[in-house]
Amino acid sequence: MTTAGFINIGERTNVTGSAAFKKLILNGDYTAAVEVARQQVENGAQIIDVNMDEGLLDSEAAMVTFLNLIAAEPDIARVPVMVDSSKWSVIEAGLKCLVGKGIVNSISMKEGEGPFLEQARKCLRYGAAVVVMAFDEQGQADTAARKVEICERAYRLLTGIGFPPEDIIFDPNIFAVATGIEEHNNYGVDFIEATREIRRRCPHAHISGGVSNLSFSFRGNEPVRRAMHSVFLYHAIAAGMDMGIVNAGQLDVYDAIDPELRELCEDVVLNRRADATDRLLAAADRFKGGPAKAADPAAEEWRQWPVAKRLEHALVKGIDAFVEADTEEARHQFARPIEVIEGPLMAGMNVVGDLFGSGKMFLPQVVKSARVMKKAVAVLLPYIEAEKQVGSSAKGRIIMATVKGDVHDIGKNIVGVVLQCNNFEVIDLGVMVPAQTILDAAVKHQADMIGLSGLITPSLDEMVHVASEMQRAGMAMPLLIGGATTSRVHTALRIAPAYEGPVVHVLDASRAVGVAGTLVSDTLKDGFVAETAAEYQKIRDQRAGSGQSALVPLEQARANGFTPDFAAHPPVKPAFTGTMTIDDVTVDMLIPYIDWTPFFRAWELHGNYPAILSDEVVGESATSLFADAQAMLKRIAAERWLHPKGVIAIWPARRDGDDVLLFTDETRSAEVARLPFLRQQIAKRDGRANMCLADFIHPEADWLGCFAVQAGEGIDEQLARFKAANDDYNDILLKALADRLAEAFAEYLHERVRREIWGHERGNRMSNEDLIRERYTGIRPAPGYPACPEHSLKRQIFDLMDVEVRAGITLTDSFAMWPTAAVSGFYFAHPESAYFGVARIGEDQLADYAQRLGVSRERAVQLLRPNLD
Amino acid sequence: MTSPGETLRAAAGTRILIKDGPYGTAVQDLGLKAADYAGELPSNFDQKGNNDLLNLTRPADIAGICNRYIAAGAELLATNTFNANRISQADYGMEGRVREINLAAARVIRACVDAAIAADGRPRWVAGSLGPTNKTLSLSPRVSDPGYREVTFDEVKGVYREQIDALLEGGVDFILIETVFDTLNAKAAAFAAAEAGDALGRDVPVMLSMTLTDLSGRNLSGQTVEAFWHSIKHVKPVAVGLNCSFGATELRPHVQALAKVADTLILTYPNAGLPNDLGAYDEQPETTAGFIRGWAEEGLVNIVGGCCGSTPAHIAAMARQVAGLPARVIPHPEPALRLSGLEAHRFAA
Repeated sequence: MTTAGFINIGERTNVTGSAAFKKLILNGDYTAAVEVARQQVENGAQIIDVNMDEGLLDSEAAMVTFLNLIAAEPDIARVPVMVDSSKWSVIEAGLKCLVGKGIVNSISMKEGEGPFLEQARKCLRYGAAVVVMAFDEQGQADTAARKVEICERAYRLLTGIGFPPEDIIFDPNIFAVATGIEEHNNYGVDFIEATREIRRRCPHAHISGGVSNLSFSFRGNEPVRRAMHSVFLYHAIAAGMDMGIVNAGQLDVYDAIDPELRELCEDVVLNRRADATDRLLAAADRFKGGPAKAADPAAEEWRQWPVAKRLEHALVKGIDAFVEADTEEARHQFARPIEVIEGPLMAGMNVVGDLFGSGKMFLPQVVKSARVMKKAVAVLLPYIEAEKQVGSSAKGRIIMATVKGDVHDIGKNIVGVVLQCNNFEVIDLGVMVPAQTILDAAVKHQADMIGLSGLITPSLDEMVHVASEMQRAGMAMPLLIGGATTSRVHTALRIAPAYEGPVVHVLDASRAVGVAGTLVSDTLKDGFVAETAAEYQKIRDQRAGSGQSALVPLEQARANGFTPDFAAHPPVKPAFTGTMTIDDVTVDMLIPYIDWTPFFRAWELHGNYPAILSDEVVGESATSLFADAQAMLKRIAAERWLHPKGVIAIWPARRDGDDVLLFTDETRSAEVARLPFLRQQIAKRDGRANMCLADFIHPEADWLGCFAVQAGEGIDEQLARFKAANDDYNDILLKALADRLAEAFAEYLHERVRREIWGHERGNRMSNEDLIRERYTGIRPAPGYPACPEHSLKRQIFDLMDVEVRAGITLTDSFAMWPTAAVSGFYFAHPESAYFGVARIGEDQLADYAQRLGVSRERAVQLLRPNLD
Repeated sequence: MTSPGETLRAAAGTRILIKDGPYGTAVQDLGLKAADYAGELPSNFDQKGNNDLLNLTRPADIAGICNRYIAAGAELLATNTFNANRISQADYGMEGRVREINLAAARVIRACVDAAIAADGRPRWVAGSLGPTNKTLSLSPRVSDPGYREVTFDEVKGVYREQIDALLEGGVDFILIETVFDTLNAKAAAFAAAEAGDALGRDVPVMLSMTLTDLSGRNLSGQTVEAFWHSIKHVKPVAVGLNCSFGATELRPHVQALAKVADTLILTYPNAGLPNDLGAYDEQPETTAGFIRGWAEEGLVNIVGGCCGSTPAHIAAMARQVAGLPARVIPHPEPALRLSGLEAHRFAA
């Protein structure tokens, strides 16, 4: 079993942590004590911590008795044990009872390196992972620096004796904050900062801690303690804490904490203000009775309905507040947990599927419903697995992947969610997935079909490769193709011929269900496959015939190039030349520059912003989505989820044919780079030029700019959090917003370049609408888009500006940018420069371009394939 | 000097290696009488069935069996010491002779193997066999008292240490902890091997082989194959695998599971099918070998041999069937915190 994210260690079988358990052990009531362990595992503890450190006990004997007893209970013994004691003899006695591989909690350098290593060697020999306390000869580490220093030293010592680094778990000490003693105020921050640094310095090691210490000064006030723990974990997990002794039942959902209380707790935990403790103390009593807000929705009428109706309602409305408790309740009403899924949950999802299918419900709501479903299934899964009955009632099983070289997954995730809502089992292999992995997974899981996704044009080739590998492997299952650059035409021309099995292009998520459903239907499949094949054959026939517009020879196209009026608008000398890192931009500054229309399009809501909000059909859905987006944007900005970063450069340049040459200085003698551009070759009507970006650059003396920006740094931590909570809705929402922010960043920076850094634009500032409509001087075309469709130019831009270092963006082999919320491109300043599409080019330009780029013809074919069809 | 672990790994990189078959089946065929077992040794117990004692009393017979396996193509030869431990020998009143039995057992196999190497120059190795004993560290023999244990970890460790020291002195290359039905017993054995190594000032390379007690793929202590691997991975075994259990057909999915996760050589030696109504094995050599060939073609195994019911003819058939087939490629799983209870748990690092 693979367990993603945070590892929760049950602490109720710990005499120092649970008064009830201590009483049972002291009374010798081991039968009841074993039940405590069973409940913990049933409630989802992935590891159970056993501690018998109590002065009145023979701790060694108690440890042995208890471990031997739980060894006889298969439903408890299935999980690993953490043997917890401050006495080595108790730990060793415990290790001698473990059939599995457990964890020792803990050892430290308190007594020096000698005893520390001796105990570590023993752990190695018994076959146990180990928790190392940040404790040395001088004492327990309190500051971040001491914690890091001790842990790093321990790491070096341990790896030096061959201790596997992945088996080392550091406990950098969580101490009580808000005690009234000023020196304690920074303890939370110290832990979080140390965590981040230890993870960086000690690869593969883990970070754990006992969270309840933190709120010790608020004992008796459970709501405040819960909120403190949740806030602390939220930040510590983001910093790299991946394990903890936490009573899972005593945690709040971070986002569900009363905002006032959350803010107060955050001030304390993060030591954000000097009076934080006083303020929390002053407010604490008000929250003692529990969150008042939660009472309201619970009192709503539907909460009184029978549980099956409540589940259906929650699914249709996308309300996840009560789903876990309701699912648990439903589980007790059915003979088998799978019946809860097959019964009320599927009934609810069928309603969702019908509403979506009939256009009465839209993607954002469907994704919210899916979130509810996932949470419900997560509650049931342990019981289903315990029963060893596989839920085999799915309509079909589909393997989904973003192909190798590509990192974009919003669309794939949306399709995955929608398919799951419609009772398909989706096995999502993630992004950058090599062909072999996809094939292996399909075979292993006996999939009914494979779905490939990609956003950038090189992914199209990779999809052809996957198809031909499927052919080679003798597979016959259908292959679905989707993603922004894919098309019916490309699928028909390139992918379908590579594979004899059914190949289908799927336009968007709403079509995915229909296509997948047809392909698993005994009665509909054959007809559909034959129909699609015939349709694709027709496309191929058309292409082979006269379907394409005529091309003119490259020489002729060049002769018909565009000539800007350089007399009226001579090149403007930039105020700045050279390379400049842009790291002073915050999310707040970018929000006004967001173009919302593509955001709605990502959710398959079609219409222009702001009119879409009052649209008769999708208006309600769009308004609700927009509200969620605004709320999340606020948090992105306030809590600094994302760290936008960018880089620009402007060089002296001149045009040489269809190339633009960049130079080190105004003498234009030392060449920095030669950027080859592509020219339209489609036969034009009279008076229309065959455009090429190079045309906008003066042949003698001009300038060219480049830029790269991203708004995705920091996103992974947040996404991990959403993933852990089975929250696809917020996962997709955040990715979509980050994409918008990256575009907004590009827009914002372009304005700054036009007005200040280059300074070629004068006059009044423009409205956002003007910006979106591109009513400004100059353009910022991006490699991979129609005016310069060839992606490998990105590599040149990146090298020229050292983008990886300056802006933190990397490129995959297929030139996809990571993080995905990133934009890069060129700045052309001439007022007549304009966007256009290169479209199809001829053999002559292909050979010419290969030579100019300095690559083989084969490589050029690969790079330009979409422009060759 | 190159260690046996290194030479074995090097050889296993180029081909599938062949392990021998069982002694029990071969000894049965000798048709020995009670007196033959005890020989000249004074004994108050009936020694019939004490196969391990034959190392002392009839070493020529043991050498004969070993040589038949060598002639069949076996390269990894185990000692006849499955029950040569203090706990098991106590049933025959022979607990005082554990050291002698193991020393003799190791020497006789060592001599056969060295002679074979001298004759044709092909590398071969001796594995000192450690059986599970008939006591278990993780289960209570008393139904009403599940917390009770008949033996302690330290006792079992001591029992194995005695056996290991003698086997090493007799010249074995590896300690083979086999037919592991209780993983905790195996952990104690591996611990003892490590301590024996400490005393000798060198590494004692270990192989471990689990046995399954039910078709769902768990051993008697309740562990899955993958959980077993997590529990004993720290020993850094030269080879890990499955033996006995059932026949090759039933064992296959579990070999697959282990082959996928274990970053070391895979050693498997199943029974010759399932026993018939009379408890005898009648799967023909070519049949067993055919199954094994399937495993080899699937890239699941590095070392193969036979357990209950297998004969030199079975081993020879296997050697023929896997000849020329590529050895399994050892996977390299990503670093992750791999723990286990009865089930395997993996936490990304």
